[in-house]
Amino acid sequence: MLSSHSIDGIKKEIRSIASRLKKDIVIMEVCGTHTVSVRRAGIHSLLPPNIHLIAGPGCPVCVTPTGYIDNAINLVREDRAVVVTFGDMLKVPGSEGISLSRYTGSGSVRIVYSPLEILKIRETVTKPLVFLGIGFETTIPTIAATFLRAAEEKNKDIYLYTGFKTVPVALEALLGMPNSMIDAFLLPGHVSVIIGENPYRDVLEKEGGVPGVIAGFEPDDILIALLFILRQIREGTHKVENAYKRAVRAEGNSRARDVIYRLLEPADELWRGLGIIPGSGLKLRPQFSRLDAKYVFGFKEEYNYEPSGCLCAEVLQGKLSPLKCPLFGKTCTPEEPVGPCMVSSEGACAAYYRYGDIKV
Amino acid sequence: MKYIKLEHGSGGALSRQLTEEIIYPILKNNIYTELSDAAVIEANGKIAFTTDTYVVDPVFFPGGDIGKLAVCGTCNDLSVSGSKPQYLSLGLIIEEGFPIEQLIRILNSIRSTADSAGVNIITGDTKVVPSGKGGNIYINTSGIGIKEYSEIISASRIGVNDAVIISGPIGSHGIAIMASRESINIGSKIRSDVALLYPLCRSLFDLGSRLRFLRDTTRGGLAAILNEICSGNNFGLNIRESTIPVNEDVRAVSDILGLNPIEIANEGVLTLVTDPGSAQEVLDILHRHETGKEAAVIGNVTEAYPGRVILETLVGGKRILDYPRGLLLPRIC
Ligand code: SF4
Repeated sequence: MLSSHSIDGIKKEIRSIASRLKKDIVIMEVCGTHTVSVRRAGIHSLLPPNIHLIAGPGCPVCVTPTGYIDNAINLVREDRAVVVTFGDMLKVPGSEGISLSRYTGSGSVRIVYSPLEILKIRETVTKPLVFLGIGFETTIPTIAATFLRAAEEKNKDIYLYTGFKTVPVALEALLGMPNSMIDAFLLPGHVSVIIGENPYRDVLEKEGGVPGVIAGFEPDDILIALLFILRQIREGTHKVENAYKRAVRAEGNSRARDVIYRLLEPADELWRGLGIIPGSGLKLRPQFSRLDAKYVFGFKEEYNYEPSGCLCAEVLQGKLSPLKCPLFGKTCTPEEPVGPCMVSSEGACAAYYRYGDIKV
Repeated sequence: MKYIKLEHGSGGALSRQLTEEIIYPILKNNIYTELSDAAVIEANGKIAFTTDTYVVDPVFFPGGDIGKLAVCGTCNDLSVSGSKPQYLSLGLIIEEGFPIEQLIRILNSIRSTADSAGVNIITGDTKVVPSGKGGNIYINTSGIGIKEYSEIISASRIGVNDAVIISGPIGSHGIAIMASRESINIGSKIRSDVALLYPLCRSLFDLGSRLRFLRDTTRGGLAAILNEICSGNNFGLNIRESTIPVNEDVRAVSDILGLNPIEIANEGVLTLVTDPGSAQEVLDILHRHETGKEAAVIGNVTEAYPGRVILETLVGGKRILDYPRGLLLPRIC
């Protein structure tokens, strides 16, 4: 981390730019991990009152449609498959209020830390295995690599339920939403390691774009990125900048991208909170359709259903602070979550609940 | 005899052999002079009584083992309640197949830790559970201490502006255990801080009512203790992250595992609250001890935010420090 002297310098420059701005500035942290870092380090509490940080849609579990979760639950309930998933998905309630966690005791829901484990599980169960493929460009490459291997080894009865989302297209959708208040994006570090800088340029540097700065996850990384954003706002520019050069190369990681696109191709995708965003998802290429859970199990079309009173949709669009949700901290807590934004450790509501909203 | 058998816990000949040939010779003392059903002790005035059970995995870890832990942990509970530890009981639950050579190492460690603490093990029991039904070895120790500090240790004595002090660097115990479990090699230098806290506590008892509160910073780490201090009370705590001592290695391994040292268990760290005017004196006292060399004032009691712990982070932001939530698992993505 930077010395406290340098950090003080950054904070000073942020304050000085902010004091000369004529209007309030809203900066969206696209990535859930950024939201957690911001809250954990109390960065929001350091910013001048006219600079607002809002959480965005970058929590994979939070943007997974209710219909996707229902389909997964039904697979288990109807005993058609063993569902393999990352742990965060377990507690998200489907439209009937129950979640996959209800079935963990049955052995039909398996939690993995790495998708590669699915090949090991394959050897121990007789039912078909369905992997819940959610997440952004960060997690997709390892999942894709696993399924390419499964295809090569002619592994039987392993299926991928694609619910992947890609970030740059979503940014465009967010900017295009009616009453969008977003003045700039804090761009996700891990996703950028894979995709590099260019995909953002296509979206943010064109007419109507806003500044976007790729940031790391340490508090000082975030402060520097915020400073870069404010400098751009002062200059009136909207460029993509990389404030996380120690991890993100301009061209990204082309090998990881190759792996993704060998297995998958762009598709329209339903996001919780944001609706259908054309081209923002990834589906299996036709030659891999025999691995495609959607195709093999004939799922119902996905839909969104918000539990009564839950305002996650507005939170994910950056239009509402979790603190403004009437259920926040009352009937909705991390122990008994109502919506996905309180379930996931990367969810905005969970982060606001855990770290509070202290003003310095 | 190389491995523990079920018969070692049957109460029959093998049980007696285990006790007479292995356990007793290592632990015997003036009071535990014969194998009777109960120990008889003299007691005058107030005594403190506590119990705790130890299930640590792995049984041997850098800086200690389950035996040392079982003695220190219970003695420390007595010490922070204002007492001098005197007597311990020792209950062993051993899994069938556990190597006797390891049992002997653990018993020796118990004996030498008890000797340093000046406590006697005066009664005990051994049970054996079938292979696969236990975790190598579990230990229960109960302890009796003689009350030395006359004040009652309770958060109700804490007042606004009082100083919050920690006796040493945090996180080493939990991280040493996790690093050895995950075979993280860079963590191999990290040793558990498991230690007897009585000497530190003893030197603080003379402060009388200027010492407001004293706790062993164990499970849930500093975060849990700080919350216990203020939750439900009409004061909050202001804690400055930059002043909390954490060893570099511990910080690095915590980062790798996605953990925060502030939520990690310790086995040799005191958290205490004193009146503001005595903070420097308390630091001077603590710094004279090996286990208190890095003691530091980490914050103070405040009227603002009653019942909450407010953490001023390394970059100067502020946030709530809550009780640790969920199981402490390594990061998943
Ligand atoms: S606080 Fe709970 S109910 Fe409200 S938006 Fe967040 S998750 Fe939904």
